[in-house]
Amino acid sequence: MSTNRLVNGVEVASHFKDEKHQYSSNKEGLWLFMATEILMFGGLFVGYTIYHTMYPEMFAEGAKYLDWKLGFINTLVLIFSSFTMALGIYYNQMNQSKKATFALATTVLCGAIFMCIKYMEYTHKFHLGIFPGHMLDVAKVHPEHANLGMYFGFYFCMTGLHGLHVLIGMGLITWCLIRNMKGEFNSKYYTPVEGVGIFWHIIDLIWIFLFPLLYLVG
Amino acid sequence: MGSHNFEIHDKGAKSTDHEGHVTPFNVYVKVAAALFALTFLTVGAHAVHEHLEPFGALIAFSIAAVKAYLVMAFFMHLKYETKMNRAIFISGFLFLLLLFVITTLDIYTRIIQHSIL
Repeated sequence: MSTNRLVNGVEVASHFKDEKHQYSSNKEGLWLFMATEILMFGGLFVGYTIYHTMYPEMFAEGAKYLDWKLGFINTLVLIFSSFTMALGIYYNQMNQSKKATFALATTVLCGAIFMCIKYMEYTHKFHLGIFPGHMLDVAKVHPEHANLGMYFGFYFCMTGLHGLHVLIGMGLITWCLIRNMKGEFNSKYYTPVEGVGIFWHIIDLIWIFLFPLLYLVG
Repeated sequence: MGSHNFEIHDKGAKSTDHEGHVTPFNVYVKVAAALFALTFLTVGAHAVHEHLEPFGALIAFSIAAVKAYLVMAFFMHLKYETKMNRAIFISGFLFLLLLFVITTLDIYTRIIQHSIL
């Protein structure tokens, strides 16, 4: 922005008093956004709980198609990616941008591994004729419960929305990675990396609840 | 106007207390290790979940809540954030809880004739 000015070595937009004011405002805005993310995914969780309470056997039938081992591996992958993401910020705080680049790249790689496993899970289900809601191939699946499509409506919507967030997160981290390699971040200014990091941790947080809900409790 | 500027500057100064805080590397390692261990615990509890009924779901989500706390406090740095940011984020969970409680009450008193618990 042409109205930016330098304050203590950091580019500050004109409507902020100084770089500290800009930083606090940026962080506060990010946390407000994260609260909306919690509410969005939370709504899906509540919906799942309602219909699980109403149709427990139908949900149990649907849960049989999920492989907990794949969910387990995905959980470990995401936790590790959260660790490398935190390191990406840490190394920027320490002015070690090469290590930060490596940490961010590892985070994207973990996201890719997660999406590959997710892809395998989805395609296996499609192969069996399992699609969400009315698209469930009843003739192929022979479900015990006529409304089994509802379970998979929840499954595909919740994991799909989460997967979409993983892809968006990967894109954002790549953007930070490129900016980092250009030398735009240092110990005085790393706010975008921190913001993207918080977003990535939200993704991990949601999966931490999604994994037991779908794969274990069923 | 002058005192208003002073107020903003003061708020800015206070909120940078967390700016200076850098979480040590080994704290990140310990938190990651704890998260891994808790994930194994979750799966382990699931393996014996017949013995844990009717608390299976409660145990799984309690472990998930501990993991969530670790991610929020240390990876997200919430422990060292301003009170305002903590309040903002936690309010999301509080409103979600409100949605959950009221919906559950509706389901259990209107749709389900008898309690399943």
